[in-house]
Amino acid sequence: MPEVGIDGQRKLKAASVLCIGAGGLGSPAAMYLAAAGVGRIGIVDFDVVDYSNLQRQLLHGTPDVGRTKLDSAKDRLNALNPHVQIDTYETALSSDNALELFEPYDVILDGTDNFPTRYLVNDACVISGKPNAYGSIFRFEGQASVFATRGGPCYRCLYPEPPPPGLVPSCAEGGVLGVLPGIIGVIQATETIKLMLGVGEPLIGRFLIYDALRMRFRELKLRRDPECPVCGDHPTVTALIDYEQFCGIRPEPQAQPSDVSRNEWEITAVELKRRTDAGQKVFVLDVREPNEYQINRIPGSTLIPLGELPRRYEEIDRDQEIVALCKMGGRSAKAVDFLRSVGFTRIKNLRGGVLEWVDKVDPSQPKY
Amino acid sequence: MANTIHIPTPLRPFTDKQESVEVSGNTVGELLADLTKRHEGLKRHLYAEDGRLRNFVNVYLNDEDIRYLQREQTPVKAGDSLSIVPSVAGGLR
Repeated sequence: MPEVGIDGQRKLKAASVLCIGAGGLGSPAAMYLAAAGVGRIGIVDFDVVDYSNLQRQLLHGTPDVGRTKLDSAKDRLNALNPHVQIDTYETALSSDNALELFEPYDVILDGTDNFPTRYLVNDACVISGKPNAYGSIFRFEGQASVFATRGGPCYRCLYPEPPPPGLVPSCAEGGVLGVLPGIIGVIQATETIKLMLGVGEPLIGRFLIYDALRMRFRELKLRRDPECPVCGDHPTVTALIDYEQFCGIRPEPQAQPSDVSRNEWEITAVELKRRTDAGQKVFVLDVREPNEYQINRIPGSTLIPLGELPRRYEEIDRDQEIVALCKMGGRSAKAVDFLRSVGFTRIKNLRGGVLEWVDKVDPSQPKY
Repeated sequence: MANTIHIPTPLRPFTDKQESVEVSGNTVGELLADLTKRHEGLKRHLYAEDGRLRNFVNVYLNDEDIRYLQREQTPVKAGDSLSIVPSVAGGLR
């Protein structure tokens, strides 16, 4: 291909990219980058392969369930292209390690799934002068752009402030169309290759929005904000900060890592089963959406979606033992807070949600 | 004057699942006010208590960020469309 040629192929071989995350976005991106012959691919991930990943994280297959994502990724990528150097970093990206991790790489590919990390990646890219091939997804909508180039906008120019926690669900809670990260991840890989080769028109100053259900692409104009605290003319953020605090996420003050079951507002799946087996009457309140309830549920549970709780909580008899659950424990924790605020006292949150129930009590049910 | 506002996925539960809503007004501010009048549930997602548009929600008139135009005072013509683009984070799990 004339736009690449032998010189281009050599450029790719000499180039390096760090993929933050080997999940939905990182998987297709890393595969295509390895196939393209990028010389060095680093991957940062601390997760383990789970069945629920396989609907979209094609780096991993059924035989890999239980392995670390890094081991699985390394095998798959080396099988695709043995001449690529794969560096693995089994760690969470943090303010303490980001700058050091980024240093040897030319491009950073952001495939993460939470706001604190996105802001961390952005700031670290600006501070270390590395472009950020950005992509993000939600259900069936995706976004892509290239941030943190010299003169171009950064993520904070677009979103100076993160949403308060709980206002925007994550993929695990919101669900995602499996094919969606496939497209966005490869767009990120495409942009990475263009940056490495210095060809084409990268998505600098352009925000691509993709609606999979309607099959529409739209583009919005982005500008560098001269008053951006990180990449503006007079930056006030010149070192990495505490991003969890920035996003309003505070660690629970009473949580003890080794003793969480003593938290009086929580109950484990195993304990719940023990109590119901012993004949104790427990009202099990499921606050998920109807489509989730169809996939799996605790027998005898009652479904009141979280959004309907404020209207319908009076249907629940407050003089009985109540256990609230959702998929993983996040939404049900909010349900417990809400019900306590309207006077319920005999209520607990099921730690780990229905997924914990399926894991520990009833593996015959599907997970999602 | 009828204009279209594109509603992003995370906010569609508050517009009865519609992807776009027809609204009228002469400025961006008026279109947004019409939107939140028709769909009250959107208000707290778009506006803070002091009545200002939240920073993690961006509004575009066609493909231009209103921050670089005249914000809510930006005049709107027939055929213009508004897009609300909130930040989403999903990618890994």
